Amino acid sequence: MYSSLRKRSKIAGALLSIILLAGLVPTVIGCTAEEAEAQYPLHDPLVRFKIATTTSLYDTGLWYHLEPIFEELANVEMDIVYAGTGIALEYGRRGDVDAIIVHDRAREDVFIADGYGINRRNFAYNFFLIAGPEGDPAGITGLSAAESFEKLYDEGMKGTVKFVSRGDDSGTHAKEKLIWKEAGFDYEEIQGSGDGYVEAGKGMGPTLLMANEMQAYVLADISTFLAYNLKADLDIVSLVEKDPIFLNVYAAIAINPESYPKTKIDIANRFINWLISDEVQEIIGTYGTAEYGRSLFYPIATCDMPGCPPVEDYTTPVPVYSK
Amino acid sequence: MTELWNGLVKAVELIVTLDPEVMQIAGRSLMISVSSAVIGSVICIPVACLIHFNRFHGKRFLVSLIQTFYSVPTVAIGLFVFVFISRAGPLGGLGILFTPTAIVVGQVILITPILLGLTISALNSVDRAILDTARSLGASGWQMAVLVIKEARFAVMAAVIMGFGRAISEVGISLMVGGNIRGFTRVITTAISLETSKGDIELSLALGIILIFIALVVNIVMNRIQQR
Repeated sequence: MYSSLRKRSKIAGALLSIILLAGLVPTVIGCTAEEAEAQYPLHDPLVRFKIATTTSLYDTGLWYHLEPIFEELANVEMDIVYAGTGIALEYGRRGDVDAIIVHDRAREDVFIADGYGINRRNFAYNFFLIAGPEGDPAGITGLSAAESFEKLYDEGMKGTVKFVSRGDDSGTHAKEKLIWKEAGFDYEEIQGSGDGYVEAGKGMGPTLLMANEMQAYVLADISTFLAYNLKADLDIVSLVEKDPIFLNVYAAIAINPESYPKTKIDIANRFINWLISDEVQEIIGTYGTAEYGRSLFYPIATCDMPGCPPVEDYTTPVPVYSK
Repeated sequence: MTELWNGLVKAVELIVTLDPEVMQIAGRSLMISVSSAVIGSVICIPVACLIHFNRFHGKRFLVSLIQTFYSVPTVAIGLFVFVFISRAGPLGGLGILFTPTAIVVGQVILITPILLGLTISALNSVDRAILDTARSLGASGWQMAVLVIKEARFAVMAAVIMGFGRAISEVGISLMVGGNIRGFTRVITTAISLETSKGDIELSLALGIILIFIALVVNIVMNRIQQR
């Protein structure tokens, strides 16, 4: 009896140590693999530069492309947190990141006026579009953004079509609210309009996939739409484009060191200047051409329509601090 | 169906060829959760002993309170920890938000009730006859405590493994206070939940298989211990 107890305890002990060892082995392998891969040059791990970025720039893979370049240039380890504009602004307000990448001019202005952000620079833009099922059951092809939304509301109330909203206070969600407003709706009325209006609460890519699964209509930025169309072969197609309201301008904002002295303003400033530098502007202008036959984003200097930021918003470098 | 099959084949390939990204994420996950289980045990086992061996007013209430927290939602803990360690929060000066340390802190809080509760019931389940015999043989209070812990060691071990299992399979805390940063705080569960939606199905499947494998090992160990 006692010996069998001993035996079992040995077995249990052995299994427990297997788990613990298993915890260590991949770490060791992981470390060596990381070195062999050499995708990331090894930096002083103490200097971590944190940004919160709007989901579209992440879902399209642009940050994967840019991250190692800036890491090498500034000799930092860049931590990129995936967050829609609403959450990114909240992280910024709490001082949890060093810089944010967002796209909602109105809320950016409030953020800066409240003293949380400084040195905003616009660095890229693209457009939104309304995508939907190929057959376009609501018949919005050829309409303006506001007219399409009106139509989608009517059809949604009849139960014939669905609209998937980001529903996460992101920049895209803010744009959607703006279009509802232009179409003459009260947003709360839309939210309470029933099964035809689906609030996903997800990033741009996941929301697109959801709309695709549900064969619903969705407001998306062109870049994420193209990227996912290639990656996931979407069954929904772009139906409405080229409305001036669809202009989508991305901005980088540093967190105000007066509000949060521990944020790394020196690196944030360097990062923002780097984003508006010729080098990165050229990358932005060409990123995606190989896969999609066109670039996913446009360099900010080519923006020349109403609603585009003033030239000094992207040509004036921000101050550089040195110790 | 072919998509799923191809995904599975690729996933197994990623595991067998020790794909650096898969291994790194799995290793990080294990590291973080093993740390949480070890730190949690070091704190909770002595505290559970203190609760068990002392008689005090409201002990019953305390134990049922601990048991109520077994199934506390991970996102609630994630939110709680976030508010505390965010730079605007009371512990913001530590600057640990969006680091693996933050995940460990959250997971330790998560598994504390399980470790405490299960350790206490483990100690409770020790046969009273053993205690009576020890007392009749003139054992001191201290010697009896050691004896009880020795008798309950399997069940205590089971508690630790349960805690580990809960830690490695949670996603809410890792996502909210870890931030799913590639190469830094991306663990198995956050990678699966976010990468799937970004179209990286193979990576997610590979990680899912590893997670199931870990869960399997945990269960086998649990069974072994409970069968004794």
